[in-house]
Amino acid sequence: MSKFLIVAEHLGGKLNSSTARCVSCAQAIAGAEIHVAVLSDAPEAVAAEAARIAGVAKVITVANAANAHPVAQVLAPQVAKLAAGYSHVFGPSTTFGKDLMPCVAALLGVAQVSDIMAVEGPHVFKRPIYAGNAIITVEAPSSMAVVGTVRTASWPAAGNGGAAAVEAASVDAALPSHTRFVSLQQGKSDRPDLQGASKVVSGGRALGSADAFKIIYSLADKMGAAVGASRAAVDAGYVPNELQVGQTGKIIAPELYVAIGISGAIQHLTGIKDAGTIVAINKDAEAPIFEIADFGLVGDLFQIVPELEQSL
Amino acid sequence: MKILVGYKRVVDYNVRIQVKPDGSGVVTEGVKLSANPFDDIALEEALRLRDKGIATEVVVATLGPADCQAHLRNGLAMGANRAIHVVTDQAVQPLTAARALLKLVEKEQPQIVLLGKQAIDDDANQTGQMLATLWGRPQATFAGKVEVNGDHATVVREVDAGLETLEVQLPAVITTDLRLNEPRFIKLPDIMKAKSKPLETIAFADLGVEAGDHLKTSHYAPPAKRSKGVMVKDVAELVSALKAKGLV
Repeated sequence: MSKFLIVAEHLGGKLNSSTARCVSCAQAIAGAEIHVAVLSDAPEAVAAEAARIAGVAKVITVANAANAHPVAQVLAPQVAKLAAGYSHVFGPSTTFGKDLMPCVAALLGVAQVSDIMAVEGPHVFKRPIYAGNAIITVEAPSSMAVVGTVRTASWPAAGNGGAAAVEAASVDAALPSHTRFVSLQQGKSDRPDLQGASKVVSGGRALGSADAFKIIYSLADKMGAAVGASRAAVDAGYVPNELQVGQTGKIIAPELYVAIGISGAIQHLTGIKDAGTIVAINKDAEAPIFEIADFGLVGDLFQIVPELEQSL
Repeated sequence: MKILVGYKRVVDYNVRIQVKPDGSGVVTEGVKLSANPFDDIALEEALRLRDKGIATEVVVATLGPADCQAHLRNGLAMGANRAIHVVTDQAVQPLTAARALLKLVEKEQPQIVLLGKQAIDDDANQTGQMLATLWGRPQATFAGKVEVNGDHATVVREVDAGLETLEVQLPAVITTDLRLNEPRFIKLPDIMKAKSKPLETIAFADLGVEAGDHLKTSHYAPPAKRSKGVMVKDVAELVSALKAKGLV
């Protein structure tokens, strides 16, 4: 019988939707018993949210002032202790999970399965390699716990309606003091979160300036969409880093993805391959983005984008 | 101080790889190989710390087959002082790589280990974190900015929520994100100079690391193809197509 421990991701007292996506992944294994661990300085509010996720049997809280910020080397020994008795320890394949889970795997002396996109059995998973250009089937040893990160774009967030018990745990682990959290500078935005949004409008190098990028924000606001960007637009300083979509940025799977002035390098395409419908607007009819777009429109984005906004 | 840089050789990032029809792997014969882009950034950062007088020696290390020597010479030509080649013909998984790097760390006693945040072939994003854990030292992953002051480093990390700043005591493991720096180009005279720089080879078996094929890969497949799209002639046609699908 599979018993899952999912490490909750949260920020500012709110649970991240990546946690409910990990629950969906765990539920792909028949009969799995799913527990969620919330490590925080004040876990109550997050734990209450996690307890409502359908499919969660129990929420375990570890309250410790050292857990006020997610420092991987501080969280890892605690998660490794909690992991006793579990067949699977999963976290999301976000910067939080990617930072933390390999540490947990190393402490448990097991390999990690990164970016799980499909479950074939309790120990057999599919994951992408080479920027999503090959999908491999990997088998983890059944004699040890499986440590994995869940590719959030491959799994829907499990719904609400659960009523799991919340249980406080005390963990006896030596925590290092060699790392000090200094600050988190958040991009302030009222727009939907890029990784959870059902619609995303992205801009690329062709916008030409941070100022010109405003037409992307304006269109996104009209559509109720999140804003993304290609690496070129981020490198040129048009938008902050956290908006980058692609192999090394965020991997997303919105219902609608609108790529504007993005040529479509392999590294960008890997971030959007699972989008429901892809729209490409580009003046170059030969741009690789048109190979994967469901609807393509060739033309000058500075004419098309305002026109598109008006007609919505 | 000494900086150890992990320097993996991978299929060049511009190559569009092909999955073998029998599902046994991807085609790597005759394909252009290069340094993992994130590792070039790691090496560049180490060299800049040396240029600033913070580091005194930069050592590049790789795990790979015998023909990885040319790859390491590139790292030396870029500016590393020495190279270490752990020779193995096996594909190395991150846990094994971390265990092997720990042996090199114990031997070399670096103050900073700089690695790329992920290799663009296996896209695992694990080795740096595993090394820091096995070593019992701090980690600062996805670094966008590194400042070293005496016995600690201040690292700005690129996280989903924005930019996080951590202060870590040295020695520590730092993994690089794309925007940390712009790696320098190799100049011809440096290629000549690199030929006489020290390159130590160590047989993997001599490290005393349990290799372990931790995860078994049973099958390779190409990604699911998206169905062929259509080109629309103007905004009106695009909007009506999206309306028909209930997307706007």
